[in-house]
This record gives sequence, C-alpha cells and structure tokens, in this order.
Amino acid sequence: MNLKTILRRAALGLVMAVSATLAMSGMAASQGIDLKGKTVEWVIPFSETGGSAKWANFYAPLLSEALPGNPTVVVKFMPGAGSTKGANWFQGQSYKDGTLIFGSSGSTQFPYLLGDPRVRYEYNDWNVVLASGTGGVAYLPPDLAGMMNGLDASGLKGTDFIYGSQGATRLDLVPLLAWEMLGLSVEPVFGIKGRGDGRLMFERGEANIDYQTSSSYLKGVTPLVEAGTAVPMMSWGALDASGNIVRDPTFPDMPTFKEVCDATPGCETSGEKWDAWKAFFVAGFPAQKMVFLPAGAPDAAIATYSEAFEAVKARSDFAEISMGRLGVYPQMTGDEATGALASATKVPDSAKEFVVDWLLERYGVSL
Amino acid sequence: MDILSVALPALGSAAGLILQPVVLGYLVLGVVMGLCVGVFPGLGGIAGLSLLLPFMFGMDPVLGLALMIGMVAVVPTSDTFASVLMGIPGSSASQATVLDGFPMAKKGEAARALSAAFASSLFGGLVGAAFLTLFILVARPIVLEFRTPELLMITVFGLSMVGILAGRVALKGIVAAGLGMMVGTIGEGDSSGELRMASYDLPYLVDGLKLVIVGLGIFAIPEIVALLRQDRAISERSVLGGGWMRGVRDWLANAWLSVRCSIIGVVVGVIPGLGGSVVDWIAYGHTVQTTKDKSRFGSGEVRGVIGPESSNNAKEGGGLVPTLLFGIPGSGSMAIFIGAIALLGSGNIEVGPSMLKNNLDITYAIVWLLALANVVGTLICIGASGGIARLTTIPFSLLAPFLFMIIAFAAFQSGQDLMDLVALFVIGFLGIMMRRFDWSRPAFLIGFVLSNPAETYANQAVQIAQSRFRKGFAEGIDYIFSPIVIVLIIITLISVVVGLRQAKTIMAEGAVKSGRKLAPMIFLLAVLAYLVVSFVDASLIPDYAAADRVFPRFVSGVAIVGALILLVQMIVRPESHALFADRDAGGDREDVHGLWPTLAWFAGLLILTALLGFIIALALFLFAFIYHRAGRPAGYAAAYTGAGIVFMCFMAWLLNRDFPPGLLQSFVDLPWPLT
Repeated sequence: MNLKTILRRAALGLVMAVSATLAMSGMAASQGIDLKGKTVEWVIPFSETGGSAKWANFYAPLLSEALPGNPTVVVKFMPGAGSTKGANWFQGQSYKDGTLIFGSSGSTQFPYLLGDPRVRYEYNDWNVVLASGTGGVAYLPPDLAGMMNGLDASGLKGTDFIYGSQGATRLDLVPLLAWEMLGLSVEPVFGIKGRGDGRLMFERGEANIDYQTSSSYLKGVTPLVEAGTAVPMMSWGALDASGNIVRDPTFPDMPTFKEVCDATPGCETSGEKWDAWKAFFVAGFPAQKMVFLPAGAPDAAIATYSEAFEAVKARSDFAEISMGRLGVYPQMTGDEATGALASATKVPDSAKEFVVDWLLERYGVSL
Repeated sequence: MDILSVALPALGSAAGLILQPVVLGYLVLGVVMGLCVGVFPGLGGIAGLSLLLPFMFGMDPVLGLALMIGMVAVVPTSDTFASVLMGIPGSSASQATVLDGFPMAKKGEAARALSAAFASSLFGGLVGAAFLTLFILVARPIVLEFRTPELLMITVFGLSMVGILAGRVALKGIVAAGLGMMVGTIGEGDSSGELRMASYDLPYLVDGLKLVIVGLGIFAIPEIVALLRQDRAISERSVLGGGWMRGVRDWLANAWLSVRCSIIGVVVGVIPGLGGSVVDWIAYGHTVQTTKDKSRFGSGEVRGVIGPESSNNAKEGGGLVPTLLFGIPGSGSMAIFIGAIALLGSGNIEVGPSMLKNNLDITYAIVWLLALANVVGTLICIGASGGIARLTTIPFSLLAPFLFMIIAFAAFQSGQDLMDLVALFVIGFLGIMMRRFDWSRPAFLIGFVLSNPAETYANQAVQIAQSRFRKGFAEGIDYIFSPIVIVLIIITLISVVVGLRQAKTIMAEGAVKSGRKLAPMIFLLAVLAYLVVSFVDASLIPDYAAADRVFPRFVSGVAIVGALILLVQMIVRPESHALFADRDAGGDREDVHGLWPTLAWFAGLLILTALLGFIIALALFLFAFIYHRAGRPAGYAAAYTGAGIVFMCFMAWLLNRDFPPGLLQSFVDLPWPLT
C-alpha cells in the first residue's frame, strides 16, 4: 500500500501532526495517462501473508512515486481457491481509467496451463507490464547429502524420502518431477499451508528433502546450512537470453538440476520428460509474478505503467533495496515482460499431456 | 556460558532502545488504537495489525515495533469489555470469558468481573514476557521436539475440552462438537483438494467457512437476537456496580490459579498453528477441574473469568516464540506481524533464527515492549471502563443495530463477498437454535477450530508413520509414541474422565427449562439430516483422494451414532428430561418480541444489501429499525442513521475497505462508499 497516502489518511483521523511531513510532490507526465488524485487498486489473489503480498507491498510505494500524478496505490487481497478466485474475478473486469492492476503468480499460471476446470481466465486477454523472476533450491540433511557422489545422485536411490508438499498440481510439481527424474523415491506429505511449514518439517527431521524459493531459502535455510543441519543439493537454475538453463545468479556456486541430471545415470536432459520439466520450470520460476492491466487497456495506459516500473528499476537504490526482499532476479518490463509472459503461459501440448498423465498415474489427480 | 555473555549485553541495550520518550509515546499510541479495535466485537488483532501495516514501510524499527506490540498486547485485555458487558466474545481469545463474565455483568457485578479480568490479563501478560525472556535462550531445541504426532496430540487434547463444556447431556456436546468439525471440513480438502459439501458452482464454499463468520454467527448473533427480543438494557442494574477492589482481591485470592493458567497460555501459545482459539478453553477447563464447588460456573463464577483471562494475554508472549525464533506465525495476527517486520527499516530485520543471532537486542526490545504494553494497556482499560460500561445501560434496541452493523462489516472483511453475510446469517440461525435447545456452542466452536489441524495432522502423522514402519517397527513406534506424546495422552485421558464427570454440574449457559418434545426433536432431526448428507457426500470421494474422505467420514459417523442414540432417548424419556431443554418454552417468557419478526429484520438487511449494496441498505435498515422497532421519533432515527453511516464509512476509509455491492451497483456506477 502507498505509505504516504495511507499515512496521510490515517493521520487526518489519528495524528494530525504527522501529516505535515507528507507533502505530496509530483509532476504529471505530458503523455500517457495522468492518475493524479486517483487510487490505484492492486489486486493480489492471495492472503496478506504470502510471497505475493511481500512482493506487492515492496513495489506499491515505489510505483506510487513513479506513476504520473502520484496516485495512491493500495494492495487489495482477494484470496481463494489458490488464486483462481481472484483471477476469475479479474477476467470479468474491463479497463476503465487505469486504476486497476492485478498481480498473478506461479500458482495462477499452473492451473491455467493444466486446464483446471475452475479456470475461467485467459492470460492472452490481459496486458502485462511487469514480470518478476525467482528461483528455487532443493536441499538435504547432511548425512543424505554425503551419499551423493559429486553431482551424481544415484547414491540416493535406495532412500525413502518424505517431502512436505502443498499439492502436486501447484509449483511443487517442479521439484517432485525433478526428483523423480533423478530416480529418487519421494513421498509427498500433502496438506501443509506454505513452504515455511515444509521447512519446519525438515528441521524437525520428519521430512528429509525440501525445496524453497530463493528469498525463503536465503532467509530460512542459509542459517541451517551455516549450522550444518542442511546442505544445498541443487538450484533449479535460471534462463539465459537464448532460453538455456544456466546457474542461478543468486546462487552461483550451486549446481543446477540440469548439471545434476547430466551427471546421474538414468536421468536425461533431453526427451519428453525433460522437456516437460523445463516447460513447467520456465512457466513457474523465471517469470513467476506478473502485473497486468485488464482487458481492453489502451496503449497509453500500458506505456504509462511500463515506464513507471522502468523508473522504479532505474532508481539508484533499487539494487540495494530489492536484494534483501526480491533477490537478484530479472524484473522485466516492456517487450521483455511480454516475452516472459509468452514463455510462462505457453507450454507445448506434449509437455502438458505428459504432466497431466503423470499426475494421474502418480498421484491420482485427474484434471 | 557464552549464552549469558551474549544475552546480558543485549538485554542492556534493549532497555536502552525502548526507554526513550518517543518510543514510549508510540507504544501508548499503539495501545490506544488496540483498545479501540479490541472493544468492538469481532475485530481482533488481525484487523488492528492490518490497520498498522501501511505505516510500517521504512519506519524506524523500534518505533514500529512499539506501535505494533502496543496494539497486539492490549487486544486480549480490551476485548474483555465486549465479553463481559455484551456477552459477545471480543475476539477468539476471550470466548471462554463470556461464560462467567457476562452472567456477572447481568448480576450487576461487571466492575468486579472487569477488574478481576484486567488483573489477570496484566499478570498473564507479564508472565508471558518473563517466560519469553528465558525461553528465547532455551526454546529452540524444545520446540523442535514437537513433531506431527505431538501436534496431533495437542489438538486432541484441545478437543477433549469438549467433555467439560458439553453441558448437562454429554452426548449433545459430543454431537455438537462433531457438527462443528463437519462444518470445519466444508470446502477443498487439504490433502488432495477434493470438495466436501461444496461445489465449484458455489465458489464461496470451496474455501470453507472463516473463523470470524462462525465465531460471530455462533456466539454474537444469538446473544444479540436474544437481548433484542427481551428489549431492555443488557445490565439489569446499575452500570458497573462497585467492586473494583473486590475483583482485584478475587484475583489475589486465586493468584495460584492465575499462575497456572498463565503458564498454560504461554505453553499453548508457543505451539505454532494452534493459535489463540483453544487456549482460553483449555484454561477454562483447567479452572473448572481444579475448583471444588463447580455449581456456580456458567452463572457468574469469578474464577471462570480469572482463568481464561490469565491465559489469553500470556499466550501473546508464547506466540512470539515461534514467530521470532522460526519465522512461523503462531496465529493470524502473528502472520501479519512477520510481514510488518519485513517492512520496517530498510528490510534488513527478518524474523527467524537469524534474528536471534543478528538482532538479539531487537528481540529483547520486543519482549520488554510486550511487558510494558500490558501495564499501560491495563491502566488505560481501567481508566476508560466507566465510559465504555455505560454502553450497557442503553436500551438494547438502540445498541443492536449498531452492533449488527459492526458484525456485518467485520464478517464481510473475511472474504469481501456478499456470501459472507449470507453465511453469517445461516450460521447465526444455527447458533440461535443451538442456544434455544441448549446445545453446547463452545463445543461446536472448538470442533470447528480444531477440525482442520486434527485432519491435517492425523493424515500427515499416518503417512509419515507408515514410512517409518516400512523402515522398521521400532522406528515407527518411536515416532508415534514419543515421551511427549505419551504424557499428552495421559493428560487427555484424565481430562476427559474428570471433565465428563463434572460437566453435569456446569450450566455453561445458565439453567434452561425443559419444554415440549416436538421442537427439540425437529432440531435434532435437522442436525442428523445434515450429518447423514455430509457422510454420504464424503463417501462419494473417490479412492485416489482417500485422505480427504477418511476424516469427515469418521467424524460424521461418530456424530450420527451419537445423534441416533439421542433420538432413541428422546422417544423414550419423558418431557421433563433435560434432553428437551428449550428456552422458548414455559409461561414466564421474558421476551416481548418473537424470534421470527426479529430475524426478519436482519433478513431484510441481507436482502436489501443484495439489491442495493451495503451502505444504502444499512441506511434504510437503521432508520426503519430505530423508527419502528425502537419507537423513536423520525428525527432521532435520522440522526442515528447518519451517525452510523458516517462511522461505518470512517472505519472503511481508514482500513481502506469496500462494502458489499448489490444488484444496483452492477447496473449503475456509484461513487464510493456506495460502490
């Protein structure tokens, strides 16, 4: 939410003195749309506690400063059905005056890709103005990590793995499929409420394999690694400009899944299974969170928002303030964002079919 | 001890951090805001912290913490007002306080109840802070010992409190708890995402019902409607009555109970995931079990106030342990607290293990702020209680529409959906019927709250245990029957046995006369029908999603058997039996209004909201109600309506919330707040 305006609002009612410090300063741009005096609603289809909330709360005050006319930017939470509810709602909205934006996440993308019957939204109708990437890291307890022979994971094949999972059709699909490709027998224990619970299960010794997205890994697992109770196994990697999987810039010393797979007999970095994994990784991580204007937005509005996010990225302190909260990942605007959207919402039919069959066969989930 | 060599300087610098006038000023500001939020029923710490969240970005960490801790600490103190004076749980942490606090207020002993409650709250808060100070040093290994079987056993222990709250007919309490658990399973299953008693055509139910709605519906609405039907002030006598010192003396006389309940509060608060909803029930159950003369519980026993109030403030200290140590929120408000800390400063403070290493002074500053906020909060509560208590002398027909407005607004905030109000109305109706026929509403609520953890932990424990048993029998047994689990099983068994033996003497909601056979039987049949339908519904879940089927089938199966036994008993027993408790029976009716006309008013508000949107509907409702039902002149009604609407808009504007739109809004674009 926009700090200044909310502060100003509340100050009127509560502490008049504070308002003095909050003089508004802003210059309206000569082209594009002017949002002076308006309130931009940024709808997040998750609850106040998740990663998307963090991400939106990080951007909202910066966006307010960067948009012409310095509108108030408020984050509204509309949780439900793993973001499907909010996304379906957004599909029903049409462009009015540029005061409505929507933030989606990987959990919005996967049901869309898999053809979940509850999905009534269509990404192609929306207009992307920002795409934020992230990565993920899988880790093991030290004794099991010691059973790996360098990058070769075949030493882990005889172990029964337990993994705390949010559900096979969510982002957890990526680690579950990766581990299966390495020949590990991982039994997911479903019903946890967030990846933080999965980490706790790992810390208690009930789970013996886990993965976290980059920011949670930095925050929650790094101390465990330093204490010697966890060892990173691999990162999912990152995409280079030509679409190849390379080492994650946030974790340059960690091997990627691709490297581990290459070194492990029986795991192929080509073929149907690999293509499916890569397609869903690309859909879930390098462009995990995106900001959209609703259907029918004119070019002027799209340009205004794109420029505003570019201005946020161009701040001299952006690298510093974003590192601790978003990690070192691309924050894409303009054509880059459009490209990211395309790769995040289009998986080859073969990959989709493979995953749908795999989910049915392995977890009994029929879509 | 290198722990001490690190901790002591940190304690010193923490004291330096917080003992500054500006920090204390922010603390008081936070306390005052928390007081305002806590006094209104249904708006608890979550709403309060959400209100503060936008302030936090870039704020000086210590100032921001002072503001937030001030608010968190005072909510369990200030929500006592609603519990004692209005008979509505101010927040989930003070549900049990209602049972004895409200009868005391009705007897004109509100001041005694409040002062006993405040003394207990203060003490509990201080115990919580002291405990946290020590616990931070030693907690990590202990909390990490709590694995899934232990969490499951704690949940089962919470459920065993149903035994003590079941009322005169134990079976009714068990069926009520089963019904609560079944209502808790509505929606998408956690394991495989199968739907229970829901459909994708009705997206609202897919996510299940929210605690806010069920809590308000089961407790607040029946009380409001009942008071409205009697149409007089809440308190029959003078405002607060004397007895401020008497309450403090009551607390002193029961100081040992207060110590025990504070410890219960801290310990339960430490366990992540259970949150504050059970802690007051466990404390209440413990209080009843350890009291010799149990006959006065439910009709104004001061120990019934001291126990829960000691525990619910201590819980905040305990709840900070998992929050600060692991970054795992112990409750909804703690989840928002974690989010807010990330916004403080330049974002370099993050809760979790790293905080203890890098920001030990900040960690201890939080603990001390908590203790200080409790003292400040208690003093302000005592100072303000005269004014707040005057609310109870207002004729209830003037207070009720206002309360109903707040409740409807709070309920709408949970899902931002008109269906929130429909759900509130439906659950409220169930609550009214349960109150009428003397079915234990606390048992229902405990079942509802613990349904999800019970199912999730049971499924996970079974799954992990199977994997362990595959490795070896000894390893599996070790996993399931750890020393902590065994201790918890023993405590639970004792609690159930003792509880059931004592339950008959506790009139949790006052004595109720028996009436004719027909009405209680119809209600039982309705409950039975719902249970059977949900049993069949659960049975239809296919095999691959069996994890979502087992729990609802088991619970509804048990509840169906209980309901069938009740049915047989009803057929056999005479009309005078306690089975046929019916508040609407008998000649000396206190009610001047019937149930259906009273309900019709609220149904009217609901239908108008669906048509015209909340604010227009509310304006019409308030005016009509004050003019017709309360019998005030038109000018008075107009002024009341205006004040109500302005207040509502102010709250929504401050919290940046919308109101439910109606059909009208889909045709015409209206300016806020009519949107």
